[in-house]
Amino acid sequence: MNSSIFSRLDWMTLLLYLSLAIFGIVNIYSATFVEEQSDLLNFTIPVGKQFLFFVFGLTSGGLILFLNVKIFERFSWSFYILTIVLLIGLFAFGKTISGARSWYNFGGIGLQPAEFAKIGTAFVLAKILSDFHTNLKSIKSILKVSGVLLLPMFLIVLQPDPGSALVYLAFFFVLLREGLNLGFLFVLLSALALFLGTLLIEVPVMISSIAILLVFVFLYLKWARYKPKLLPFLGVGILAAAFVLSVNFIFNSVFEQRHRDRFNIILGKEVDTQGIGYNINQSKIAIGSGGFSGKGFLNGTQTKGNFVPEQHTDYIFSTIGEEWGFIGSFFVILMFTLLIIRILYQAEKQTNIFRRAYAYGVASILFFHFFINTGMALGIVPTIGIPLPFVSYGGSSLLAFSMLIFIYLNIDANRLKEW
Amino acid sequence: MNRKLVLPGFTLFVALLFTLRLGYLQISSNNYKSLSEGNAVVERPVFPDRGYIYDRNGKLLVANQPAYDLMSIPEQLKPFDTLELCKIVGITPDYLEKKLHENRRYSVKLPSVVVNQIDQKTHALLQEKIWKYPGFYLQDKSQRAYHTKAAANVLGYVSEVNTSDLKKDDYYQMGELIGRQGIEKFYEKYLRGQKGKMVYQKDKFNRIIGDYQEGQLNEAVVQASDINLTLDIELQEYGEALFQNKRGGVVAIEPATGEVLALVTAPSFDPQLLVGRTRSENFKQLRNDTISKPLFDRGLQAQYAPGSPFKTLNALIALQENVISPKTLFRCDGGHYYARGAFMECHCPIGTSNNLMSGIYNSCNTYFSYTYQRIIEGYPTPQEGITQWKKHLNSFGLGNYLGYDLPIGQPGYIPDAALYNRFYGEKGWKAPTIISNAIGQGEILTTPIQMANFTAAIANRGFYIKPHFMKSVSDQSQGSEYEKKWTTIDSIHFETVIEGMHKVVEQGTARVARINGITVCGKTGTVENFMLLDGKKTQLTDHSMFIAFAPKDNPQIALAVFVENGYWGARWAAPIASLMIEKYLNKSVQRKWLENRMLNGSLEAEYQKPYLGIPFTINE
Repeated sequence: MNSSIFSRLDWMTLLLYLSLAIFGIVNIYSATFVEEQSDLLNFTIPVGKQFLFFVFGLTSGGLILFLNVKIFERFSWSFYILTIVLLIGLFAFGKTISGARSWYNFGGIGLQPAEFAKIGTAFVLAKILSDFHTNLKSIKSILKVSGVLLLPMFLIVLQPDPGSALVYLAFFFVLLREGLNLGFLFVLLSALALFLGTLLIEVPVMISSIAILLVFVFLYLKWARYKPKLLPFLGVGILAAAFVLSVNFIFNSVFEQRHRDRFNIILGKEVDTQGIGYNINQSKIAIGSGGFSGKGFLNGTQTKGNFVPEQHTDYIFSTIGEEWGFIGSFFVILMFTLLIIRILYQAEKQTNIFRRAYAYGVASILFFHFFINTGMALGIVPTIGIPLPFVSYGGSSLLAFSMLIFIYLNIDANRLKEW
Repeated sequence: MNRKLVLPGFTLFVALLFTLRLGYLQISSNNYKSLSEGNAVVERPVFPDRGYIYDRNGKLLVANQPAYDLMSIPEQLKPFDTLELCKIVGITPDYLEKKLHENRRYSVKLPSVVVNQIDQKTHALLQEKIWKYPGFYLQDKSQRAYHTKAAANVLGYVSEVNTSDLKKDDYYQMGELIGRQGIEKFYEKYLRGQKGKMVYQKDKFNRIIGDYQEGQLNEAVVQASDINLTLDIELQEYGEALFQNKRGGVVAIEPATGEVLALVTAPSFDPQLLVGRTRSENFKQLRNDTISKPLFDRGLQAQYAPGSPFKTLNALIALQENVISPKTLFRCDGGHYYARGAFMECHCPIGTSNNLMSGIYNSCNTYFSYTYQRIIEGYPTPQEGITQWKKHLNSFGLGNYLGYDLPIGQPGYIPDAALYNRFYGEKGWKAPTIISNAIGQGEILTTPIQMANFTAAIANRGFYIKPHFMKSVSDQSQGSEYEKKWTTIDSIHFETVIEGMHKVVEQGTARVARINGITVCGKTGTVENFMLLDGKKTQLTDHSMFIAFAPKDNPQIALAVFVENGYWGARWAAPIASLMIEKYLNKSVQRKWLENRMLNGSLEAEYQKPYLGIPFTINE
């Protein structure tokens, strides 16, 4: 194992990362294009700032590659605690931008600790999971893990930046991989299905369909001679009905109108293209108007007209869709899919749990961001303001994702190294 | 279930879901493309200035002046302060509501005019506040500005396109101008040019932020062409002045070229009346005047019996047919019996013997009756005779549209064998039956421009060039298009007739038309006419008629003048023709006494007679 780290590097991941980041800069350039001043080296405009942070990312990534791989595991807690302190510090020193106190300001350059807290959390989660005391079948371990996840979430929700907090749910996939009962996934998916069903269908219809479904399953099992017991079915039925009723109650009486609207727009129950539905509608128009091959770089009429709000940040995918068309958008989807699958594939090859759990964490976060962000631009996920990794404008986000990737690259390159 | 596959499974599922969604939005659904164009792209027309119109000497007749239209695009309207807008542009809320409703019915997406031709001051005021009225904008436009009060009948006018224009030609959009009459209509394509188009990129506030696709879709404006008319505006204005308080008209043609020097119709109107916001009011007034008919172009549209001037044509035809010679004599006893018990009067004293020349300058009815009889009887049947006669007349441009470059006109009428066969049966008529044709009465109808045209053909000794009103387009000559149209009469036959016409002025019926130093040739006419009064055919005072050209040997101007109910030819028509010849050839008029008589003379009393409701006498 004397060869240079470059011969062991996961070049595919690195290449995908670079392509996405560069494609991001290209699209930010277009989305914020103004005739007079569009210079990559003008650091007062978004595209220049993004480029600067891309250089930062590459530089720190280079440094990370040459760190001893053991450092990450050893300093997991320190890094986690540091990010938590930074999150707490926001309440004293943070800068408020568009209603959320999420930023530190260093001479014109803003840093968003919530982005970096993902790294710390990924470390600590991996660290805990790699501890031989940890057993996700035990309540104690689950509580411990939950505590570690909920602390940063809680702090971020207080800023308030619920979108960024929601991202921590991505770690659920790491837990599933590392031994959490798959029943949790089943329960979660059922709950989601019931939730959406409740919003779409009248409550009595919903409850009767649950009842009918349960009766069918029960009778089928009986017919197949499984000898099912009646009580669990009854219990599930009552729980489901209670859930449906409470969802209905919460949705209509606890949620504010703007929350309800976000769901209603997605579910197609409401068409309000000027108010709350404006973003999604404009994003759909922009993407749809791109057609198969797109309108071409700098030629997006919707992009130039600034019809889509937050176009260089959360809605960058609409610029891609308009100017690069189906081909370009599909290419982006393909790159993300390849990147996530590649990291997961490499994760399974890791020789210890810390490294596997960390890599899994990276993939999970990427997946979650990708799913929420792109789904929102395509109008199939409610509006939740989180960036598209590497592509969306945002220095902290780009830097944090770069670090996540380079740490993964280091760990992966050294997977066969002795401890 | 293998827990290793959970996240990869989700990833692949999401990738597939997104791809399908993309496919739906971008490939299968065209809807979004048009939505995008609808809210991000805006088209604005660019209008070229309408072409100027000059007279034959380069004098500017019609130019442009700025005006502004308030336009709206119905689908972009938002609630606004209607009262304030109405106050600024000076309309009532009811009118605004009605107009907006109309526009919405025309098109929701296309711009329509709400208030047209706003003046500069209101425009300045509105320009500042236009941002308060989303969906409205101001369209720069120009309107016509006239530098003459004359020639309204030739120049014509422009007006806004109406819905039937829009259906006929998709070049136009609501609120644009179109040539509606006269030169403006006939040469619309030259005068309007070709509008261009700018395609702009809009932003979400509906502001224009630049060219769309770097202006690739823009269409360049094709500038309009200017037109030089053949009219001599000074002659035209002089002619209109001479016709004060009279009805009738003048058509003056340059024989060598067919260029129309003046086309006077009276009464006429100031062309400026049909410009601006009072346009429709004024137009209604002009149209509703059904008695003096200022919108009726008498020079082109009025069809009269030609009267005595027509005798010159019969003389030419008889010479060509070789049924008389210049020396042929006919006796006149104050008229003659053309059939048993049928006497045609003439003003020759009893015992007069006329040759062709004196027949012309004495305007002897008898002479031309015998001449006409010989033309018809020169053939085995009167049918063949009249067919031959008609053929000669057609070659002078009679009996059909002349094909000049103005959009209105009448064909006139030359009777043929079929007509008389229908009237009298095939065996039921002979030359005496249709003898009125000999002296230009009867069934013949001509328009004044046709009469001026055959006068030009006589002046040219045998050919004419189609009369026309456009001399050139933006300095590129248009003349080569016109060719000589030869009549069926040989040139040698014209000299006797022309000499006769010269004598008309020198010693005949129109001595008043003599001008020192200019050899004028002419022929008077006095045309009987009738109108229906209370359902009864009532004869009115004769029309005064005169055709002339001058100088005799190098004709510069040929004209036909007629004055409705002016009695005999030498009373009104011959002096007017003479004054116009003098004006055109000498540039100034010496005979002030005659000029004053014409300028001050009025026939209004004559025109009122039929409407007074009491019995009246004519020809006094």
